[in-house]
Amino acid sequence: MTTLTDQIALADTRGVARRQGPSRGGDAVFRGAAYASALLVLLVLAGILGSILYGGWPAFREFGFGFLTSSAWNIGTEQYGALVAVIGTLASALLALVIGVPISLGIAIYLTQLCPGWARKPVGMTIELLAAVPSIIYGMWGLFIFAPLFARFVQVPVSNLVEGMPLVGTLFYARVPSGVGILTAGIILAIMIVPFVASIARDMLDQIPTILRESAYGIGCTTWEVVRHVLVPQASVSIIGAIMLGLGRALGETMAVTFVIGNANRLSASIFDPGSTIASRIANEFNEADGMQLNALMALGCILFVITFIVLIVARLLTRRAKVA
Amino acid sequence: MKPFTYALALGLATAQLILPARAADITGAGATFPFPVYSKWAEAYRKETGNGLNYQSIGSGGGIKQIQAKTVDFGATDAPLKGAALEKDGLVQFPTVMGGVVTVVNIAGLEPGKLKLTGELVADIYAGKITKWSDPKIAALNEGLKLPDATITPVYRSDASGTTNIFTTYLSQVSEPWKKEYGAATTISWPAGQGGKGNEGVTATVKQVPNAIGYVESAYAKQNKLSHTLIQNKAGKYPQPDDKAFQAAAASADWKAQPGFGISLTNQAGDEAWPITAATFILVHKDAADAAKSAEVLKFFNWAYKNGDKMASELDYVPLPDNVVAQIHEEWKQVKGKDGKPVLGSM
Repeated sequence: MTTLTDQIALADTRGVARRQGPSRGGDAVFRGAAYASALLVLLVLAGILGSILYGGWPAFREFGFGFLTSSAWNIGTEQYGALVAVIGTLASALLALVIGVPISLGIAIYLTQLCPGWARKPVGMTIELLAAVPSIIYGMWGLFIFAPLFARFVQVPVSNLVEGMPLVGTLFYARVPSGVGILTAGIILAIMIVPFVASIARDMLDQIPTILRESAYGIGCTTWEVVRHVLVPQASVSIIGAIMLGLGRALGETMAVTFVIGNANRLSASIFDPGSTIASRIANEFNEADGMQLNALMALGCILFVITFIVLIVARLLTRRAKVA
Repeated sequence: MKPFTYALALGLATAQLILPARAADITGAGATFPFPVYSKWAEAYRKETGNGLNYQSIGSGGGIKQIQAKTVDFGATDAPLKGAALEKDGLVQFPTVMGGVVTVVNIAGLEPGKLKLTGELVADIYAGKITKWSDPKIAALNEGLKLPDATITPVYRSDASGTTNIFTTYLSQVSEPWKKEYGAATTISWPAGQGGKGNEGVTATVKQVPNAIGYVESAYAKQNKLSHTLIQNKAGKYPQPDDKAFQAAAASADWKAQPGFGISLTNQAGDEAWPITAATFILVHKDAADAAKSAEVLKFFNWAYKNGDKMASELDYVPLPDNVVAQIHEEWKQVKGKDGKPVLGSM
């Protein structure tokens, strides 16, 4: 035992000795470059936050806290409020998670546990290919192909069914049966986040030592039990991270949502009705905006920044708790 | 705006980018609406004279900002600047081409150009006050036309757009309640209906939603075979929305009523005039910092007035009447170099 540690110690010192000399300077440069890269990220982030805060400040000053609680968006009278866009952003992203996460986890579990070896590569690559599709393509596909089908086979029949019912009637009645709306945006977003969440979850499940799985099977667990009680808890921290990454994408997605959300500045109780998100509002109005409208759009950008930040913090807290457990 | 011509124009614009810029090249920025025709003119002009034009379609707001900041040789805007704004920055403004906005509907069994509406009715529909096609006010205008007892879905442009500005300018002229509650702007807080992004978004939505109504540039309606409606003009007539009707609106307008031709062509008098017509404008500085560049801008548009009508028509724009062009030539005399002489000699 002693000889072994001695040997390791010896090897260590020899390694250190070899590293001394001319490569020391290289080390310093490398450390400096890495440090600068990390610092650059902070600087860029601070710069972005600073400039949108500066741009949005007149709107915050003018409307105060009311900017968050007002649903007005009137260019003529210069009255602006973020409520409709904030609710639309949260609602569409939440719907995307509710639809997209179970599918993503299903894909990841299938690929790592159930899929025959030959099919793994092609299926996995198809999923990753989905991530490479530009968002505007999702938007166009959503508007021209998905929305008409959705209107015909889902919105209209469901609306006819629930019309007049309390609660369900309000939630699922489409006043404009065009196939676009908050739910459609949620579905398109779900498709867009699936490749991200599925890929990360798959990689994480792949990294779980085979021995854990084998021993679970060894004591007579079914596949479902192995997945439910061994794999998912093991990978839970990473899976939460993957979901948060998907949520981040859903919150900030712009082009695709602009095409399919219906772009209405109205609060509505129905998930079939048109709405708008922060990103879609900015995309729609930024190029012609001027004066207070521009300030209000900047302020919206600030709010989106804060929402994303909160999501990150929540993710951090969740993963920490998961680690403790 | 128009998918095929747009692709063509984009190709031409890209072709321009890869050619090296020359000393005589001029730079402009602004409205997206005239981008295809400006690109086409620029290409033909380069072939003929060897001088190029670099036009960035960044939106009217951007065009105004850039000419104010003097970063471009000319700015372009769909909404004309008012006299005071022109005065403040020492700008000269003139129109180049026109276009029309039409309302289109998706009503089963209805032939194009059969449904008659008035501006007030259109305003009430978009305000959500008239909600059914079977409304007695619509029926009164359209005796003998069978209209469904169905809910109307108004469809609007969700992106900030000159088209929306023209449309709502018209609604504000013909409907007092509209003017008071919503006014005219590139974006409106629409009380009813649904927004589509761009002309194509509005088109797709109108096509998909039974009993919808939307407004698009006339060229777009034509190319997509949408069913347009007629709208009563100031003279109480219902002209078909075509080049003749748009030109009629321009011909009967008093272009000198506002400085810089900054009149609105909507709701013009004249039996033949289409009520929702608009021109797009160019802005240059009165005191040319670089007389040669300013002269080149005016030369380019002068060439376009003379030789560009056919190209414009092919892209479904409407050329300006000759008497307006003559007035523009007068206006150009205000553009002077450092020596105090007009940059462009007499034409």
